[in-house]
Amino acid sequence: MLLCDEVQLLKKLPYFADMDGCKLKLLAFASERVSYEPGQKLFKQGERGDSAYVILNGTVETILETSAGQTKIRENGIMSVIGEVSLLCDGERTNTVKAVTHVDALRINKDSFSRLIHDSPDMTLRMTRMLAERLRNTTNELDSVKAYQPLSTMVN
Amino acid sequence: MERNLLRYIWNHTRPQQIWVLLIVLGSMVPYFLSLDLPKQIINGPIQGGGFEDATSAQPFMEFSIDLPWIGHIYSFDGLSLERMQTLVALSGVFLFLVIINNGFKFYINTYKGRLGERLLRRIRFELFDRVLRFPPRRMKSVHGAEVASMIKDEVEPFGGFTGDAFVQPAMLGGQAAAAMIFILVQNFWLGMIAFGMVLVQVIVIPRMRRRLIELGRQRQITARHLAGKVGEVVDGIGTVHAYDTSNYERADIAHRLGTIFKIRYDIYQWKFLVKFLNNFLAQVTPFLFYLVGGYLTLRGSLDVGQLVAVINAYKDLPGPLKELIDWDQARQDVQVKYEQVRDYFEVEDLSSETTQAIAVGVQSYDGPHLSAVNLSVDDESGAKVLTGTSIRLGLGETVAMVDNIGRGAEALAETFGRQVWPVGGKVQLGDEDILELPESISGRYLSYVSSDSYFFHGSLKDNLLYGLKHAPVISAKYAGSDATQRRWEVREAKLASNPDYDVRANWVDDRMISSPNHGESDIKSSLLAALNTVQLTEDILEFALHSSVDASGNPKLAEDVVAMRHALHEEVKRLGRTSLFVPFEPDVYNAEATIGENLLFGKTLQPLDRMNELLDSDDFYKALQNVGLLRPFVNTGLDIARHIVEIFAGLPPDHPFFNQVPFLTADAVIEYQQILKKLGTKLSHALSEPEQRSMIRLTLGYIEPRYRLGVLQKDLQDAIVEDRQGFYEQLPPHLQAMIERYDQGKYMSFATLRENILFGKIAHRNAEAPTEIREIAGRISRERGFYHQLLRVGLDFDIGAGGRRLTLIQRQKLNLARAIIRRSNFYIFNKALPGLERRLQEEIVTDVLTYLRQQDNNPTVVWVLSNISLSRLFGRVVMFDKGEIVEDGLYETLREESGIFSTLVA
Repeated sequence: MLLCDEVQLLKKLPYFADMDGCKLKLLAFASERVSYEPGQKLFKQGERGDSAYVILNGTVETILETSAGQTKIRENGIMSVIGEVSLLCDGERTNTVKAVTHVDALRINKDSFSRLIHDSPDMTLRMTRMLAERLRNTTNELDSVKAYQPLSTMVN
Repeated sequence: MERNLLRYIWNHTRPQQIWVLLIVLGSMVPYFLSLDLPKQIINGPIQGGGFEDATSAQPFMEFSIDLPWIGHIYSFDGLSLERMQTLVALSGVFLFLVIINNGFKFYINTYKGRLGERLLRRIRFELFDRVLRFPPRRMKSVHGAEVASMIKDEVEPFGGFTGDAFVQPAMLGGQAAAAMIFILVQNFWLGMIAFGMVLVQVIVIPRMRRRLIELGRQRQITARHLAGKVGEVVDGIGTVHAYDTSNYERADIAHRLGTIFKIRYDIYQWKFLVKFLNNFLAQVTPFLFYLVGGYLTLRGSLDVGQLVAVINAYKDLPGPLKELIDWDQARQDVQVKYEQVRDYFEVEDLSSETTQAIAVGVQSYDGPHLSAVNLSVDDESGAKVLTGTSIRLGLGETVAMVDNIGRGAEALAETFGRQVWPVGGKVQLGDEDILELPESISGRYLSYVSSDSYFFHGSLKDNLLYGLKHAPVISAKYAGSDATQRRWEVREAKLASNPDYDVRANWVDDRMISSPNHGESDIKSSLLAALNTVQLTEDILEFALHSSVDASGNPKLAEDVVAMRHALHEEVKRLGRTSLFVPFEPDVYNAEATIGENLLFGKTLQPLDRMNELLDSDDFYKALQNVGLLRPFVNTGLDIARHIVEIFAGLPPDHPFFNQVPFLTADAVIEYQQILKKLGTKLSHALSEPEQRSMIRLTLGYIEPRYRLGVLQKDLQDAIVEDRQGFYEQLPPHLQAMIERYDQGKYMSFATLRENILFGKIAHRNAEAPTEIREIAGRISRERGFYHQLLRVGLDFDIGAGGRRLTLIQRQKLNLARAIIRRSNFYIFNKALPGLERRLQEEIVTDVLTYLRQQDNNPTVVWVLSNISLSRLFGRVVMFDKGEIVEDGLYETLREESGIFSTLVA
């Protein structure tokens, strides 16, 4: 897959939909093309997050590691963006992501990304909206989980 | 050391001085004879005195020997010679005397030179020996560079002076006196004139020179301080850069240089003034001779021969006289220097020589415990850091010492390690004061490690084994001329009172090794175990892999590296992981390598970047043209440039994206932009030569899978592979020599060991490839035993001056390894690992304790901890507060008690 194909792909993502073609090419050029075999990890829970991934090919799964064991949270396929929160805030990865099939991905480095956002205010607004949406979804999920919990635990 | 340099010289070289004086005295006889001869020649054969007739003859060389009391015993009537024959004979004698005189001079000068060099060697060694014996307190105020400049430069003139110390005044005084007496004998009044002038010279000139000596002293001190300052800046260069004080240091040095210049200029002015006066006085005397002597000759009271002889003799007077005055100045000068140096090295409480006497082999000593008796220690400001402390540590104990407030524990450890001397009380090893024990006991029974580590310039291995070099163990074998050379070395060393221990002998005493294998004193295994214990092995492997080893010096290693390469390639194939990396193959394009690497198909000594001799050479482009790759490369370069300009145009130079592309800068983007603009729709032939070259360079650095621009087509790849060999052959020999071509079966001296083993490029896309390859390679190298060979290469790593090529953490680990490799009864670790993170600290402390417990002599381990939680690893805990021991007991007991310790640990 060539740079221009990657750019076409990125363009289809809502994040980058109306970003200037040149800027996208720059982003793609500055990013790294990486591939993973099934079972290999893109990143591990607890590591410092310094990059986001755009899946170009294949499927990955997100796993939460707790003291009780590992729980699979979700699966993501082609064209999904993984680990983008760590591009915006410093901190550790909150879960582990590993390849289910052979995976090709674009690794976007934090410095390049923040510089890009800095240069295009539209992008910032779009990011904010995406995050707000995710926050709303998460809150909804949390509310519904709480709603299903038995009353007795609520009293405590 | 003697207060007076002349006395020092006399005490150490008396027999030689007397001998050379006798020789000088002997040389006076022919010298005086040669003074009288010209008069005889002129008055005799030349002017005809005694040869009034054409046939008259004179006896030549007649002599008789008369002894008192015995009377006449022998006489020789001489040869009867005519006038011409006498002239020839007398001239012959003159020539003979010239040869004799110069022969004496030659012998005396050589002898004096050797004498001086020996004394210089002695004094230098003595000073260095004193440095080794300085008490710790004195050592703190010593400047390394200043001491070095004193030992190296300031004592240098002593050597030159030694030979002259007694001989010069004797010889020159003799010569001057002889010339003076001769003149006096010829004519009293002429003699008196000469004498008067001499008196003026002898009295006035030295007075003028006193100022010179004072200036010389100032010059010496300022120069020494300059050396100290330069040394200081070099040592603290990191601090200078960190605080941007380089210009302050520049100002300081410039000021010092200015002071030195002023002093030196003053010296020159005075020196030449004195010289002027001296020369003037010397030349005014002949003027008087001509005038007065001529007058006397005309009056007839002096014959011409006498006058010539006087003038001739006078020629020899100012010379010795001047040198005599010079000698006196040199004497005062070196005396001042000597006093300066002596004051610096004359320290009251120098440790005695017996303390550091060499001791070969294992010293048996009965010291089952280490104790402090009523010990008090002050710091530099005089404040008490340890007050009246007593403690006793038995064999086999593991003791953690912790400070609450103050630094009592550290001070106690430093006193144990003899780094500071107590102001009261003492440290005892067994029943003896540790400071009175010879270092061959205290320095072997006890190993002390602190955070401030020092390493000597050399290899890692030299530094690791440093603590085992107490005395030569196995003397070096010499044969033939080497043996003669060694005998000479020993003899000369003794003559200068230097020790004759052989530095080329094997000093590493394997009986002193900690030998964890119970009995088997194997340096190698101890070394490896110690390195593992401090977790330094990985770093050492890295050093090895990152180094380039010359194959000719180590053919076995080169062979094994190639074998390892094959094994790695086989294993990767066997595991079916060929996607991890792409090996270099002569008929395949290596997609993960740059186009340049593919073209050269070899390793260059310099990387292929901007400043590369190969890429600057016209022959390179000629060869490219000849194989038909020039045009395609220019065109590919233009394609890349188009993409780059599209992507990067308008980005500020500090944009982080520039870091992503190693060969790109903001200036280059502008340059490419201009080239493309100028070219427009024209063909690439329209570009100038430098522009074409710039495009080619762009092409050479390109890797398709990395940049994914899609500009490298299959046909160009094929062409490159096909023309590789042809291209290489087109290059002139001097460029060929810069490329070491890839060959599966050959070791590459230009490449690092890692590149040699891998012999290929790791796939860019595979994120896990480097780790996976490292794991596979590590496993195979262990299986093949190649691992030890790598470690050996790593141990040869040059750690730089003071170990500066190592990181701080590596230095601390090395410092620890160097101590635990020695077999000691007591190990004192004084906050030895301050920079390490807690987890690593705990691992290393645990491992060190386990490692030392394996030793069969049941050693005691004392550790001053900065991290109190580690005290649970120790049997006994000693708690210090404000320089006193407040708690001392088992870890469990102290935890239970309600003291400082339990509150700190909780």
